[in-house]
Amino acid sequence: MASVFTRIGDWVNERAPNMAPAYRKHMTEYYAPKNFNLWYYFGSLAILVLVNQIVTGIFLTMNYKTSAAEAFASVEYIMRDVEWGWLIRYMHSTGASLFFVVVFLHMFRGLMYGSYHKPRELVWLLGMLIFLVLMAEAFMGYVLPWGNMSFWGAKVIISLFGTIPVIGGTLVEWIMGDYLPADATLNRFFALHVIALPLVLLLLVVLHIAALHEVGSNNPDGVEIKKGPKGNRWDANKPADGIPFHPYYTVKDLFGVGCFLIIAAFIIFFVPTFGGWFLEHDNFLPANNLVTPTHIKPVWYFTPFYAILRMIPSFFSTAIWGVLGMFGAIALLFLLPWIDAGKVRSIRYRGVGYKVSLGLFVVSFFALGAVGAGVVAEVIPAWFGSHIDVTFWENLFGRVMTAIYFGYFVFLWVYTHRGLETTKPVPARVVYDHD
Amino acid sequence: MTKRQSLMKRTLSSIALAVGLLVGSATAMASEEGGLPSAATNVNDKASLQRGAKLFFNYCVGCHSLKYARYSRIAEDLGLSEKEVMDNLNFTGAKFGEPVISHMPEDSAATFFGKAPPDLSLEVRAKGADWVYGYLNAFYLDPTRPVGWNNTVFPNASMPNPLWELQGLQTAEMKKVDGEEVVEKLELAQPGKLSPAQFKQATRDLTSFLEYVAEPAALQRQRYGIWVLLFLVGFTLLAYALKKEYWKDVH
Repeated sequence: MASVFTRIGDWVNERAPNMAPAYRKHMTEYYAPKNFNLWYYFGSLAILVLVNQIVTGIFLTMNYKTSAAEAFASVEYIMRDVEWGWLIRYMHSTGASLFFVVVFLHMFRGLMYGSYHKPRELVWLLGMLIFLVLMAEAFMGYVLPWGNMSFWGAKVIISLFGTIPVIGGTLVEWIMGDYLPADATLNRFFALHVIALPLVLLLLVVLHIAALHEVGSNNPDGVEIKKGPKGNRWDANKPADGIPFHPYYTVKDLFGVGCFLIIAAFIIFFVPTFGGWFLEHDNFLPANNLVTPTHIKPVWYFTPFYAILRMIPSFFSTAIWGVLGMFGAIALLFLLPWIDAGKVRSIRYRGVGYKVSLGLFVVSFFALGAVGAGVVAEVIPAWFGSHIDVTFWENLFGRVMTAIYFGYFVFLWVYTHRGLETTKPVPARVVYDHD
Repeated sequence: MTKRQSLMKRTLSSIALAVGLLVGSATAMASEEGGLPSAATNVNDKASLQRGAKLFFNYCVGCHSLKYARYSRIAEDLGLSEKEVMDNLNFTGAKFGEPVISHMPEDSAATFFGKAPPDLSLEVRAKGADWVYGYLNAFYLDPTRPVGWNNTVFPNASMPNPLWELQGLQTAEMKKVDGEEVVEKLELAQPGKLSPAQFKQATRDLTSFLEYVAEPAALQRQRYGIWVLLFLVGFTLLAYALKKEYWKDVH
């Protein structure tokens, strides 16, 4: 007599005959290139953080009060009176920041190894949509504790829509449901943060992975393993350089998860505010529309884009250029598959111009982050003396960095569409020197 | 070492460096704020927290509440019995399980000082321990201010020095910079009950207590954190061994 598990399995298979093939397609018979390196951990880690945010978020909503009068106190109630509430809250707040760390690294991997090139444009576009929704999700989540930075951050970001000609003012009121961020704003942001956007995120993540599994994963060599020789130990018709995702990459990712959790746990248990970067000092004061924080700045993951907003001056009597620049900085990333017409995918075989420009792009991203966080404005007088004109030098620095950020896309277009790139020969098969 | 391994090693070390720089700059930024003296608090020092609590309930609770902190929780975390807390610390008449609410009505407080004294539950999280410690040490007599006191850390603060009995009276030596009078340094014009060193320790205790009140979970998280990290290191080593074992046949 067959074991009880076999019998349950047979019972399910009879009623859902496509489930086992779907499992094989995505797990045991999904052949991923065997040469993934460190940069390939961040996709699975992003899923891990997403699950963490959803699970801890559910527990937070059990004690959070969605009301401008009660929200701040309810967060402190969670921190003090709810059993393990502090852990749940720190897991959620640290998770939010680490989500961006992981996603930025994941995206950078895509740039480095040309993962957005044909045929993976859809994977890239869906990923960029995830990034966009994630930013909205994070912004609204940051408003919920209703601290003073929640309030002023919300006010500044929502007021960006006010720069839109004609409808701007009305639009801002429509978004807030009031003349200021208020109870109505908090309630609708809560609805979007805990229901609407997570649903969209989950759907997009499923589509992102489904789209990836249609075309197969790229790898550090940018070699298409499906076009290489066929036949591996498991299947005579599958790529020779592919290995089954499960168990090979599931066990490997498990190791990645361990390393990631060590870092995450260190932050959660020992430096949960991360020196004011993950939880800002001003957000431990309740929202107050009469007291403006000394420096209104978004959380670190928005600072590069916020800097672009600040660095682009108003002209023709409108401030919309900064807003366009900020959204343009993200929109251009969407267009990368068409901006970059490079003949090879991976940085390993690309021209010197590409390597230098990508390096500068990374530098500009960090530098803009420092400008947006106000670090540059602090560092200038500290390094060069207090007599120096901080605004002038910060603007100059920030504008140069903004130019470099956008310059990356311009350069890449010219460099690849004009055929100026000298590439190295790409090997026929992936490079994998084992020990 | 193979090429791949050395690349891996390079990547790992550059990531470690980046993380190190990030943490370093974050802590450097946190400690550099306006050249404040370091509070050097330690929330794990129970005796210090107890002394700080005593100071708070003798000198501060008259005006300032800790509305998110309960007497019972303070007792538990500071290793005090219900009787000790109710006899020595609770002067507000609250029940043991209730939060610390000052008796001073907010509106009359606003009349006395121009502004209602803020709740101090989260003061250290909002301003930092160094700021609070610095503030408590930076009061000086200033006849131009309505209550006769001023403060170098928080200029034109509306609070008079509540600890003047202990510290004594400080006066400021002024100097002109670009035509503006600024405080050059503070001097102890009349000594108080405590020596300067004792007063520093007392304000350090008080700051520690407020730091604890701002985040009581700090005591728990540090205690559990060690074990969580040890478990995760063990888990990661096992995961690594498992990965090695599975990947033996990948060539």
